[in-house]
Amino acid sequence: MNETIAKGHLSEEQIDKDLLKNVNWGGKFKLWMGFLTVSLIICLYYYYQQLQNGLGVTGLHDYVSWGIYISNFVFFVATSLIGMLVSSVLGMMKVEWVRPVARIAELVALAFAMVAGLIIITDMGRPDRLLNVFIHGRVQSPIVWDIAVVVTYVVISGLLLYIPMLPDIALCRDKLNNVPKWQQKMYRSLSLGWNNTAKQFRLMNRYTRMLLILIIPIALSIHTVTSWLFAMTLRSGWDSPIFGPYFVSGAFVAGCAAVIIAMFFFRNNYKLKEYITADHFDRMGKLLVLVALVYVYFNINEIIVPGYKANTADAKHVHEMLYGHDSVMFWLVQLGGLVIPFLLILFKPMRKPLPLTIIAVVILAGAWFKRVLIVVPTQLAPYYPIQNVPEGWTGYSPTTPEVAITVASFILVVMIITVLAKLFPVVPIWEVKEDMNHKNNK
Amino acid sequence: MNMANKNDKSRRRFLQKLGIAGASTVAGSALLLQGCSDSNKASGNKVKVLTADNKLVEVDVAHLKPGDKIQDLKYLQKRGREGIPGKKFVMVVDLAKCKNARKCMKACQSAHQLKPEMHHLNVLEMEDPVKKTSYWMPKTCQHCDNPPCVSVCPVDATFKRQDGIVLIDNERCIGCRFCVAACPYSARTFNWTEPKNSDKMADVTYDMELNVPQKKGTVTKCAFSADQLRHGKLPYCVSACPNGVYYFGDQNEDLVTNGTTKKTVRLSHLLEENAAYTLMPELGTQPSVYYLPPRESEG
Ligand code: SF4
Ligand code: SF4
Repeated sequence: MNETIAKGHLSEEQIDKDLLKNVNWGGKFKLWMGFLTVSLIICLYYYYQQLQNGLGVTGLHDYVSWGIYISNFVFFVATSLIGMLVSSVLGMMKVEWVRPVARIAELVALAFAMVAGLIIITDMGRPDRLLNVFIHGRVQSPIVWDIAVVVTYVVISGLLLYIPMLPDIALCRDKLNNVPKWQQKMYRSLSLGWNNTAKQFRLMNRYTRMLLILIIPIALSIHTVTSWLFAMTLRSGWDSPIFGPYFVSGAFVAGCAAVIIAMFFFRNNYKLKEYITADHFDRMGKLLVLVALVYVYFNINEIIVPGYKANTADAKHVHEMLYGHDSVMFWLVQLGGLVIPFLLILFKPMRKPLPLTIIAVVILAGAWFKRVLIVVPTQLAPYYPIQNVPEGWTGYSPTTPEVAITVASFILVVMIITVLAKLFPVVPIWEVKEDMNHKNNK
Repeated sequence: MNMANKNDKSRRRFLQKLGIAGASTVAGSALLLQGCSDSNKASGNKVKVLTADNKLVEVDVAHLKPGDKIQDLKYLQKRGREGIPGKKFVMVVDLAKCKNARKCMKACQSAHQLKPEMHHLNVLEMEDPVKKTSYWMPKTCQHCDNPPCVSVCPVDATFKRQDGIVLIDNERCIGCRFCVAACPYSARTFNWTEPKNSDKMADVTYDMELNVPQKKGTVTKCAFSADQLRHGKLPYCVSACPNGVYYFGDQNEDLVTNGTTKKTVRLSHLLEENAAYTLMPELGTQPSVYYLPPRESEG
């Protein structure tokens, strides 16, 4: 019944070999990291400029004071939510097929959540005063809630990645003898003396289940609170009671797309075709259809309901989106980034690894621009006219430094995922074996 | 200086008017006018001041002279947060009188060291959709009694004082601009780059009541000229207007003074007789700035 892991023809030794193969520091890895590092340094130069000259180096101004940094932050928080969906919800529902890709989902989640915190800092006018948030933090500000839940989410995702990985870390400790000394030492201390006893497994399962339950409310609140950053203001277009669920459903779409891309990358580069199979892509594709459907539903609600009312400020905002000067981007994002890809993946051939990955890239890009559409146009329609300011202040276009700093955040995510995937097996070895023994015994 | 003289005269006239208004209000008004020098006895609270000949000396708070420039950040911060007891400052803007002279904007920008594109006070040309006419509307921070900017600030850098004024502490502001997003009146402006004259202002001690020196990466907005109120003077914009647009005063006393004519009138009468309104009352922000409607038609 379960087609995802290629039948029972793999021996345990073969599995160990296949899945531990990627844990090394090969030339390809060094080249890739070198490329990432150089790109990152170029981007960081722009951040240095921003620190020197202030946020004036961006395209932000008094009327669009939140731009692509905040949009990007919302996007990152969104994408990080996937770890919760795949490992927790599906894991607890005992959906077997997700087990080999669950770790990839958690890697994606952890990396995006970690970098999300940094993005907020790049958006601050006074990053040197970051500590003020802890010294003078006030509980009634959604920003403080946001920081609190992001930090908690990073910690719990980290644990959720780590604890089920204990048997695999122990395997690395025992089997990998040709890795550098520090790495062996790291495995030894990280494995916490794991030696595959039944008692240890029982403990591990208990803690994992606890974390799986814990992460659901936290993941939901991280996203809901982020949406409140907007919904709690009195601006038309933001001031919406369904912003919470709207954001959460959108997050699943972006997250699924990101995981599909990562799966494709690992499958091809780490030669994991036997473990991350075409069937996994098919099922991820179906999952994507499901979450996209919910999201489309909220999109319709968010647009039709205010759009139906004739003369309110909200209606003006929606009309501006549908026909006004944001309309090109709006329709591109809605149709190109959501509806068309959604219709395509209804067809089975489109859920094959390559086409699905391409569609996922489009969806992810659409999801990013969608966040810009949530953040920016509302600010360009203030209640009082924009007057006596430079002409450019009636619009917003990001500058090179701003784009570079945003690109830097993506580079960082890729770096984190790359390094973690080089230190640890990306497919849970013990779970694959367990799965197989289970099947063979049947 | 010229402006100080004018204000002194107005102060005398204001006091005369108060005499007529009734003895009971005089004590309260005198407090507005004399600021915080509430006792002449030494309070034991020492601050650093810069004397006229540029010497830094320590004096007791009670012995401060109007010309002294206070150089004591800690004292200024504390005073700025506390506000002036017993007061509830309000402004009334008579739109019928505004002729777009923009003297208020100039005075404001020079007092607060603002660049030309930064406005604590912005005179907007507003369309009247029904009559198809337009009128000029000076827009300041509304000093909301239920200020959304204050609730969203993560570090309490923007806050509401007991006298109703909403201020910013730019020594604490982290520059997240959440308050900018939250203010429905677009009343806030940000120091995106190095502020004007920042090298000249480097040695000036920060006074949050004036919000000067401005700092890069922090937010700024109208402060109802809290520094002026402290010395019993009217706000910069109010006294700069040549057309009698602005009234300013204390709601608790129910008296406001016109910045041009220096006439003091009953706030409640002024509001009632002229069908005063506040901006977007439906948002529940409860502004402290009232508007008297623009003229019916131009001719
Ligand atoms: S007008 Fe804006 S800045 Fe002023 S108190 Fe109200 S919300 Fe805050
Ligand atoms: S920009 Fe400054 S004053 Fe405004 S919310 Fe952020 S910290 Fe508070």
